[in-house]
Amino acid sequence: MLRDEDRIFKNLYGRDDWGLDGARKRGIWDNTKALLELGREKLVDEVKASGLRGRGGAGFPTGVKWSFMPPEERRDGRPHYLVVNADESEPGTCKDREILRYDPHTLVEGCLVGGFAMGANAAYIYVRGEFFSEASNLQVAIDEAYEAGLIGKNACGSGWDFDVYLHRGAGAYICGEETALLESLEGKKGQPRLKPPFPAACGLYGCPTTVNNVETVAVVPTILRRGASWFAGFGRENNTGTKIFSISGHVNNPCNVEEEMSIPLKELIEKHAGGVRGGWDNLLAVIPGGSSTPCLSKNICDDILMDFDSLREHNTGLGTAAVIVMDKSTDVVEAIARLSHFYRHESCGQCTPCREGMGWVYRVMTRMVTGDAEIEEIDMLWDVTKQIEGHTICALADGGVWPVQGLIRHFRPELERRITERKAAAGSVPAQAAE
Amino acid sequence: MSETFAFNDVFEARAQTIIARYPEGRQQSAVIPLLDLAQRQAGGWLPTEVIEFVAGYLGMPRIRVLEVASFYSMFNLEPVGEHFVQLCRTTPCWLRGSDDLRAAAKDVTGCGLGETSEDGKFTVVEVECLGACCNAPMVQINDEYYEDLTPESFKAVLESLKRGETPDAGSRTGRSGSEPEGGLTTLTTEGA
Repeated sequence: MLRDEDRIFKNLYGRDDWGLDGARKRGIWDNTKALLELGREKLVDEVKASGLRGRGGAGFPTGVKWSFMPPEERRDGRPHYLVVNADESEPGTCKDREILRYDPHTLVEGCLVGGFAMGANAAYIYVRGEFFSEASNLQVAIDEAYEAGLIGKNACGSGWDFDVYLHRGAGAYICGEETALLESLEGKKGQPRLKPPFPAACGLYGCPTTVNNVETVAVVPTILRRGASWFAGFGRENNTGTKIFSISGHVNNPCNVEEEMSIPLKELIEKHAGGVRGGWDNLLAVIPGGSSTPCLSKNICDDILMDFDSLREHNTGLGTAAVIVMDKSTDVVEAIARLSHFYRHESCGQCTPCREGMGWVYRVMTRMVTGDAEIEEIDMLWDVTKQIEGHTICALADGGVWPVQGLIRHFRPELERRITERKAAAGSVPAQAAE
Repeated sequence: MSETFAFNDVFEARAQTIIARYPEGRQQSAVIPLLDLAQRQAGGWLPTEVIEFVAGYLGMPRIRVLEVASFYSMFNLEPVGEHFVQLCRTTPCWLRGSDDLRAAAKDVTGCGLGETSEDGKFTVVEVECLGACCNAPMVQINDEYYEDLTPESFKAVLESLKRGETPDAGSRTGRSGSEPEGGLTTLTTEGA
């Protein structure tokens, strides 16, 4: 198990002062100037060497993403921007919220360091609108940092000017997609942009932009202070570091916890979340990485590791590392149908396969819950999800159909049972009454 | 509400602070925060004249502001009660009993989903994931989250609001955040 001194978010539970004084005691803002003195190139190289992969769901290597920003010699006069994605809305995921409200200085410091590494003089932090008190705490932290000269003109005495701005959204899951977020930040409907051009070439206000998740940005200063090899020493190769896991659903003690990457799922649940309600053998299924990742049946959960590659091998993903646990009392079809309802509600309406498809999938799923379907419709549902997948501008529709595919992959007998039993029940009563 | 809407002094100052966050000529970026301010001042929803005011304030075509107001779920285009109760219905909350909160809300407020009480005190709606899944089931009432609810503790919150009180937000079981109940498993080392 990860030792406390190796945890980055030492105030994850808000038991300590989240303001500047408390943050300084925890080592945040400790000689940040020295980190900037490493220079852009060395900073990016260190982040690459740490193996840090984006914590918002896609898991793209952070240092590589930063290196897409134009280097100093290719600057064309346009400003560069760091945009922080704090639109945390993936069902099951509630980790960034804890950083925003209880350790906001990790993020503000990360903005300065990360922003400097990509040649940006400003960061916008896009916080989901519902996180009102979280945004309030973050604004206090930003104000404290300005007041102390940590950001603003000549941030930390580094000679680099850096502004951090809070921007509150207004309720739209799609704004967690990076280009929809940029549209929203520009004051428009949050509808994803076609790529290319990618944000590093043409992002916010048509300027070079990098969009990073809260946790990704917030861990960077600690990685630089303790060294890339320290961070790379946790987890398996290509899956390194520490990570906040959100464990919800049918466990005895739902919680967020920072642990080592590649921790076995069973150990994660039993050590920190008090185990599955009714014991491990009462487990039915787990959604391992937020609502978009396909569920796993218990036999796989017994020994699977919680990292990108291990979950990929089982046709699912680490996503946001939000573990949703379902015990044997769960109506698993309804659990997934609820997610279909979510994606139908959150589709931005731009691409036809998503706008029409999410509604269609939800309607079929509601019939699967009651068994009011034909056996062949299970295959048809599978086929339609495969036709939706990959045929839209952004990944919302992919995330919308993957949970359904996971259900069919692992629980087809349950779907068939419901259909067969309903037919049998209908057949046992007079035809007229059944209509 | 008067025929012509304008920000009061406090919100006017806030609006200016917000606009100053964006580069020259990019004041459209402030449309969401300004609609939020306007909705607060207008009593929890956005009548047409308020949307028109924001459009004029930012120099935007009205249709561009209306399409933002209708796209984002936090903007209400119809009046709502004084306490806007949003029940989270998505899977993590549902697994922990969110369905039972519906009946609790109905018991205290008299409102089914999408309804406003006759005295105008409550509107009850169901919403998608609010991002507090480790403290499920939870609801949002105006700006505040109420977490780790049971039908009983939720009813107590609503009764308290009904009496005109301001119940403390957050967990109903005394958690400070999303730590495991019954004892920390991490962050127990002093000075780590």
